[in-house]
Amino acid sequence: MNTRIRLDHDHLHHLLRQMVRIRHFEAKCVELYQAQKIFGFLHLYDGEEAVSVGVMEALGAEDAIVATYREHGQAIARGVAMDRLMAEMLGKQEGCCRGRGGSMHIFDRATRFYGGNAIVGGGLPLAIGVALGDKMQGKKALTACFFGDGAVEEGEFHESMNLAEVWQLPVLFVCENNLYSMGMAVERAESETNIARKAAAYRMPGVAVDGMDVVAVEAAAREAVERIRADGGPQFLECRTYRFRAHSMFDSQAYRSKDEIETWRRKGPIARFEGWLRESGLAREEDVARVEAEADAEIDAAVAFAEAGTPEPVEELERFVTMDQVPS
Amino acid sequence: MPALGADMEAGTLVEWLIKPGDRVKRGDVVAVVETQKGAIEVECFEAGIVSELVVPVGTKVAVGGVLAQIGESTAPPRPWPAAAPPSPKPGAAPAAAPPAPRAAVPVSPGTKVTPAARRRAAELGIDPALLTGTGVDGAVSLADVETAASSRPASPAPAKPRRTGFDSAEMRKAIAAAMARSKREIPHYYLSHTVDLGAALAWLEGFNAGQPVPQRLLPAALLLKASALALREVPQLNGTYADGAFRPGESVHPGWAISLRGGGLVAPAIRDADSRPLPDLMAAMRDLVQRARSGGLRSSELASATVTVTSLGERGAESVTGIIYPPQVAIIGFGTIATRPWVVDREVTPRPLVMVSLAADHRATDGHIGARLLTAIERLLQEPAKL
Amino acid sequence: MSDAAAMTYREACKQAIRDALLADPKCFLMGEDVGRYGGCYAVTKGLLEEFGEERIRDTPLSESAYVGAGIGAAMAGMRPIVEIMTVNFSLLALDQIVNNAATIPHMSGGQFAVPLVIRMATGAGRRVAAQHSHSLEGWYAHIPGLRILAPAVIEDARWMLAAALADPNPVLIFEHVMLYNMEDALDPAVAEVDIAHAKCRRDGRDVTLIGYGNGLLKALAAADLLEADGIAAEVIDLRVLRPLDTATILASVAKTRRVVIVDEGWKSGSLAAEIGMRIAEDGFFDLDAPLRRVCGREVPMPYAPHLEDAALPQPADIAAAARGLVRGR
Repeated sequence: MNTRIRLDHDHLHHLLRQMVRIRHFEAKCVELYQAQKIFGFLHLYDGEEAVSVGVMEALGAEDAIVATYREHGQAIARGVAMDRLMAEMLGKQEGCCRGRGGSMHIFDRATRFYGGNAIVGGGLPLAIGVALGDKMQGKKALTACFFGDGAVEEGEFHESMNLAEVWQLPVLFVCENNLYSMGMAVERAESETNIARKAAAYRMPGVAVDGMDVVAVEAAAREAVERIRADGGPQFLECRTYRFRAHSMFDSQAYRSKDEIETWRRKGPIARFEGWLRESGLAREEDVARVEAEADAEIDAAVAFAEAGTPEPVEELERFVTMDQVPS
Repeated sequence: MPALGADMEAGTLVEWLIKPGDRVKRGDVVAVVETQKGAIEVECFEAGIVSELVVPVGTKVAVGGVLAQIGESTAPPRPWPAAAPPSPKPGAAPAAAPPAPRAAVPVSPGTKVTPAARRRAAELGIDPALLTGTGVDGAVSLADVETAASSRPASPAPAKPRRTGFDSAEMRKAIAAAMARSKREIPHYYLSHTVDLGAALAWLEGFNAGQPVPQRLLPAALLLKASALALREVPQLNGTYADGAFRPGESVHPGWAISLRGGGLVAPAIRDADSRPLPDLMAAMRDLVQRARSGGLRSSELASATVTVTSLGERGAESVTGIIYPPQVAIIGFGTIATRPWVVDREVTPRPLVMVSLAADHRATDGHIGARLLTAIERLLQEPAKL
Repeated sequence: MSDAAAMTYREACKQAIRDALLADPKCFLMGEDVGRYGGCYAVTKGLLEEFGEERIRDTPLSESAYVGAGIGAAMAGMRPIVEIMTVNFSLLALDQIVNNAATIPHMSGGQFAVPLVIRMATGAGRRVAAQHSHSLEGWYAHIPGLRILAPAVIEDARWMLAAALADPNPVLIFEHVMLYNMEDALDPAVAEVDIAHAKCRRDGRDVTLIGYGNGLLKALAAADLLEADGIAAEVIDLRVLRPLDTATILASVAKTRRVVIVDEGWKSGSLAAEIGMRIAEDGFFDLDAPLRRVCGREVPMPYAPHLEDAALPQPADIAAAARGLVRGR
């Protein structure tokens, strides 16, 4: 374990709180989706919480994030306000994107959150561009680019990894390998299933980490970020994880067994971390209960805010198709 | 410059009756124009403030040329006369082919006319269908229309006169189609009843004695009002039948059948006849007859009747039993009022009688409903002061 | 530059890029072979030496990555000019252009703008066959969120770029391959152009010819042919393919009442179809003849010169169409 991480009580509770907030938020989304208050496609993050939470701990406010359509975890961990996130999911104009984007397209300028992206691999070129822009303006920021094992198969992965290395762009490529891209198991789709090894083909440092261990993820992320800040070039981090729920709400999961899912749930990030905290005497039952209650209260308030929200007037439909000016 | 005759090409403005700043409304006479046929008063069809008299007195202007600007609009002046009449609502009585006042002259099918040519032809009062087209695919083009307008009567007169009413051949066809359809589709049943109009006519005489001639009532007004009030009592006969169901009319708007000189027939609606006082009703009937014969009916009048009432007036047969105008469900007919023998208090005595008939749609009502209507009409006509 | 010396279209494009880099430190150019090679069409020759590798960036052959990078850099505050070698290769970057550049401003609820300029060579006539001869600017003109420009004259090649860079939205500039060698004098009095309006390049009264890019030049040539026949054709240069300047088009139609639309793209679903429909919707009653268009034949572009020429609109075809409308045949 990397001694540079503060393993003090406050930090550990913070990690727990972040993961619980995400897990409970996702559960609430299921409820709202089934009540037809959230529409379209919904991709849930259960099981992968440690990845977002761990990586975000290594980033600063000046850094940028590009993520995928499974980005609630990234958004919450990054600090996108939960009420605006929930309002966006419900399609209200009080949402971060005025209800324009929904679950798959969360953008938040204040936290440099450059989107959700519904196209697998579509965010990678964008991420290297944000990094390029920051670098050319002499900013010390880096861009963390989250994507799944499926994106690794797209041509955009190859092009973006290559260009980031050739131009030495400050990008942290974070691959959340949850072993499936929709219903396609990674061993059926990839000639090289050791994804971290692929970075070597670009002469980019690449590390694999247990994505179910939030402390390990944070440590690995901090190391990678330090290298970026010191050397300037990109780094690659493969987080080995698993999603407990289906790909989206419309998925009968015919491609994997219930046993497999159960096995992974037992070694899930929150269960493991909570277990470790309790064993180490760092947290008690009531601490965990309090964290959960606080998370639920925050979520309930977010839902209330969202439900009280208003639909954007239809007259505004074409607003922002073109911008009058670049926002500052 | 309006086209006031088929062969009019130009007119000379001899007098302005308005000046800039005047407010005009539709129908106001605004100028006097000298044509081959003599001096003619020109009406305007716009409402607004006159902004400019474009043409000075004494100028000869081609038909269609701008004479004055009304209002501030910089849009090109509306082509004169106004565009084609609005099409009647589907399901309306197809019987009466509406006369097309001030309309774009309809073109026979198969003739190609470019949009620009069609618009110009309407302005000039020319029927483009009669021209030889030199445009693409033999279409009548703008140049062809302009050529026709500027050449002498070698260009043929339009087939149909404008503004003088209707085309009787077309109307006959439309009536034939509607009546044939009605007979085919509607199972008619027929009732008739003889009504003693003694009380009604006596009241009428007294009322009319105190009125100047133009305001006197005709018996038809009483018959119509009684019919309308009776329909209030028997609403099952006031409305339309479509898609297997009867829809009662929101109000009683009887179509009043008017025969046109030349053999046509229209039945424009008199709206809310049941709640209009008799003089008002009479005025409406007069107005409709005048407009029907001169070509000024509105499409809403032709499309909104909830029932039809026909009367043979003072000439004609004892009774008339009509054919229902679909999608209505009834037609009430009044024969000629004639003095005939009647029995009053067991004595045979001459009385003015009228036979009222009902033809009704058996899908919507049965005979006893129809009978209720006729007896209601009879009852109402016995108390004319209450009509 | 303020002299009236003749200059080529290529030189005009280069001057425009040079001006942009000198004026704004946030502006830079990237694309394949723009630096050391001097540009596939020699537009950027000498710029690498003048501005250096940071601002004239040779990219790997990765259209999706470098176009996406342009989008990201624009969102992060830079003003990139991305050069895609030709519209034919832009298909590899279509997802980035359509799903990111055109979409993010609206989809983010106005949080992020994408002030990006993409330049592409386009069009046919160079005997380079099907995969290198597309005219897909009409396709791009279908996408809301994009502004599409087609400079057909030297003045527009010189000055449209500056206006495009000032636009906070993604702008695609299509430079026709047949125009790079064209030479003409620049009016020294003109130092900027708008990127909103079409322009009448030749007044007429009998028929309106509408074109863009190389099609405009063919329309002007057709107008010369028609003049010999006593037909005065008015020629409209669209300049902006999205949003279309319908007002200028309709005004011309109201005047001449006959239209021939020239479009090198394939006829079905072409930009010509869109223009024709707009005229039918809003100028119907002014028409004295059916709408006509002269478009690319619906074939993959063949290599043999006579076949390529037959597959493209030519001035004689345009003149014939116009003549037919005027004379009724």
